[in-house]
Amino acid sequence: MSRQTTKSLYWQGVRDGAPFVLVVVPFSLLFGVVGTEAGLNLSEVMGFSVLVIAGAAQFTAVQLLSDGAPALVALVSALAVNLRMAMYSASLTPYLGAAPLWQRAFAAYFMVDQSYTVSYFAYENHPRWSVPERMTYYFGVVTPICPLWYLFTLLGALIGDRIPEAMALDFALPITFLAMIGPMLRTPAHVAAALVSVAVALLAAGLPYNVGLLIAGLAGMMTGAQAEVMLERRKAARQP
Amino acid sequence: MIEGRDLWLFIAALGIGTFALRFVFLGLVGDRPMPAWLLRHLRYTAVALIPALVAPLTLWPAATDGAPDPARLVAAGVTLVIGYATRNVVLAIASGALTLFGGLALLG
Repeated sequence: MSRQTTKSLYWQGVRDGAPFVLVVVPFSLLFGVVGTEAGLNLSEVMGFSVLVIAGAAQFTAVQLLSDGAPALVALVSALAVNLRMAMYSASLTPYLGAAPLWQRAFAAYFMVDQSYTVSYFAYENHPRWSVPERMTYYFGVVTPICPLWYLFTLLGALIGDRIPEAMALDFALPITFLAMIGPMLRTPAHVAAALVSVAVALLAAGLPYNVGLLIAGLAGMMTGAQAEVMLERRKAARQP
Repeated sequence: MIEGRDLWLFIAALGIGTFALRFVFLGLVGDRPMPAWLLRHLRYTAVALIPALVAPLTLWPAATDGAPDPARLVAAGVTLVIGYATRNVVLAIASGALTLFGGLALLG
């Protein structure tokens, strides 16, 4: 493949992030509606979406607060939902760690499930991208996702529950992520990691505060790493 | 429900805490080398966390109050298979969405 210009990498990121508009729009709209119904005013609803910018955690916090849970319990629960972000952060570090601090700070702020997944996938597939190229691509991916998060939170808060129940939009999140899993399954180690994580996630789904997701993620990562070591040993043994 | 200044303190604390989780490795570790065993585990972060995130949502969708739904299950299967076979994410999303809408129209 020929060397791409910075500008075209940015736009490639925008294109790769674009399908996730289908997830972000309904999810943020819903947060605007739910937040307003829970009694938050417009600036408070927007405060959540701009300062926290993490859908599942925002819903968790508002849900618990409006149920009358103590603020500290709501805070710890919402942060637990976001613990996976630390794992994303670690996994991006080998690719983006050498970028200037201010760029890493912005990349951290915009780190959501979608920007992480799309970028990490691209970095694995383009190992020769330089650090600035990776950052350019990252901010391209973020462009169609994060501004819409703010905009549709605002819209949801303004128009409230007058939004018609859209058809099966709940399933936009599973579909868009499922579409990315197939291409990620590059080696038997990746397949093993995915299978183990799904099995553990389903078994542990009843645990509170998304703990099941973290256990499943760790189990999958350990499986993948272990499988990789075993596959390498087998390959080495076969060579004379 | 807390209000006013307390609520803003809450939002700020959640914002700072969330940023800290996102920044902890990317910002603080930076380009310092990480041990090989850790890097080997991190290579599987995405392929472990994303399936774990969607598996319960696929099997027990919120829209049906957690009852497994044939249209959604078939759509999920089609999305996964097309994605695996073609390595084309957009094609996989389109196939899954069409299957879902078709399935919902047929099965109600």
